[in-house]
Amino acid sequence: MSLRRWSVTLFAALVALVTIAPLLWMVSVSFMVRGEAAQFPPPLWPANPTLENYRLLFGTFGVGRFLLNSVLISTLATGLALLFTIPAGYAFAKLRFKGRDAIFRMLVAALVVPGQVGMLPLFLELKAMGLVNSYAGALVPWLAGIFGIFLVRQYCLSIPDEMLEAARIDGASEGQILRRIVLPILTPIIVTLAVYVFLSSWNDFMWPLIILADQDLVTLPVALAVNSRQNVQDYEIMMAGAVVTTLPVLILFLALQRYYLSGLLTGSVKG
Amino acid sequence: MSAAGRASEARAGWAMSSPALAAIILFFVLPAIASLFLSFTDFDIYALADIGNLRFVGLANYARLIENPLFWKAMTNTLLFVAAGTPLIVALSLFAAMLVNSRWLKWRPVWRVALFAPYVTTLVATAVVWRYLLHTRYGLINYLLSFFGVPPIDWLGDPHASLPAILIFVGWKTFGYNMIIFLAALQTVPRELDEAARIDGAGWFTRLRHVTLPAIAPTVLLVSVLTIAGMFQLFAEPYVMTQGGPAQSTVTILYFMYEEGFKWWNLGSGAAVAFLLFLCILAVTLVQLRLAKRSGAI
Repeated sequence: MSLRRWSVTLFAALVALVTIAPLLWMVSVSFMVRGEAAQFPPPLWPANPTLENYRLLFGTFGVGRFLLNSVLISTLATGLALLFTIPAGYAFAKLRFKGRDAIFRMLVAALVVPGQVGMLPLFLELKAMGLVNSYAGALVPWLAGIFGIFLVRQYCLSIPDEMLEAARIDGASEGQILRRIVLPILTPIIVTLAVYVFLSSWNDFMWPLIILADQDLVTLPVALAVNSRQNVQDYEIMMAGAVVTTLPVLILFLALQRYYLSGLLTGSVKG
Repeated sequence: MSAAGRASEARAGWAMSSPALAAIILFFVLPAIASLFLSFTDFDIYALADIGNLRFVGLANYARLIENPLFWKAMTNTLLFVAAGTPLIVALSLFAAMLVNSRWLKWRPVWRVALFAPYVTTLVATAVVWRYLLHTRYGLINYLLSFFGVPPIDWLGDPHASLPAILIFVGWKTFGYNMIIFLAALQTVPRELDEAARIDGAGWFTRLRHVTLPAIAPTVLLVSVLTIAGMFQLFAEPYVMTQGGPAQSTVTILYFMYEEGFKWWNLGSGAAVAFLLFLCILAVTLVQLRLAKRSGAI
């Protein structure tokens, strides 16, 4: 039995290694001197590790600015998404008002419609509002997060009604109930939602590509994609750019993976 | 509860849900509906400058799309992605889930996170990485294949290899997500069932076919639909890796829509593409609902 245990584990380790090999290789090449990766056979490790690519990236290419844009947009998107979806999710689960269930059914049905369907009219709408080429324009889709409402509602359903009734009898207003009783209970799902929105907005590409034109406003993925279509030969620089773009979210995920994975299951299996 | 209490609860319900509802209507529902209306107009760069140039053209955009070979190319490519990619990704994720679910596996959480990691990486960044991994002369993939005597493949330059190349990347990027969904389903399959079949002498494949798969059939369906929906939304992959080429072999519906709308500023025609994309995804969803009802999953 022990032999079987080890062979299965060894096989899993091999599969895992193959899976993360592209990421390890990305990091390795980003420390190579220019031109080193363009050899046959392709080298796995840098002969003389250097930070030159990163220096060039932040110096000449001004990647610091794109990093700042990405951090700002993802942070604001996360904050705004929480502000909009948590009260709504709670209301749909626990507060009785006319039309509630009908509206919620429509929201669930709307989950089928991909956001790209309305992208062209949304662009025109934001142009009319003067929000094209601004942070605000990039943030707008994150306000309309139906998935977040759904996630929070699922979690709120488990809060006992008696608890809320008792608070009402004690004279607490609905706003106080949300802040003092419901929010503390919701902490795990709030972390899940925050990680989810942060990662999604950080990784988002198509909408920022459309709405942000100014070099001073673009996010890391947009800057990387546009540059990758031009500097096809510069392996090492592009790998350093890929590291800067994806490492922050990879670390965030590793730190908070428990929350992220549990939220993923609530969202997909019940949806 | 008192009538006043009920009224204040209802007021709070509206107050808490209306900001989100307003945002959803303004930035999601209205644009989606407007897409249909926009598709009946000739909205282009002239209308963008002066709305007075806008004309209602009926179904002319759709008629022109039907005659446009690039539109059909984009449609065919996307359907190829769906037809080839869905079984590949479902099989890959199920295999990974069964491996991670194996009762003989040590340190399960480590392997689970490692296999899931590609899914959370930034699509654009890993697409750039894979473009180099797939490089004809200096790429690691061709180097590894050379040990098996395979001559160098021009992955992203050969119209026959470009679509499989992007599929390999998409499979690597997304299988972890489906693996987690499969894993949750597999954990509900009683071990005793599998054990009993084993004692009866059933081999690995027989148990997979007659014990595991029937037990997780609804999840297979769910993952297939999620994957199909994902395949209809490929955009950054061709944008970064091939720019739709070579010979337009990787132009997807969304890539075509993007170029119509934001490269050539034919927003009316782009909206027609968006609406057709919506119909495709709606059709897939309806088929899924019907299948789920027939199999008694809902």
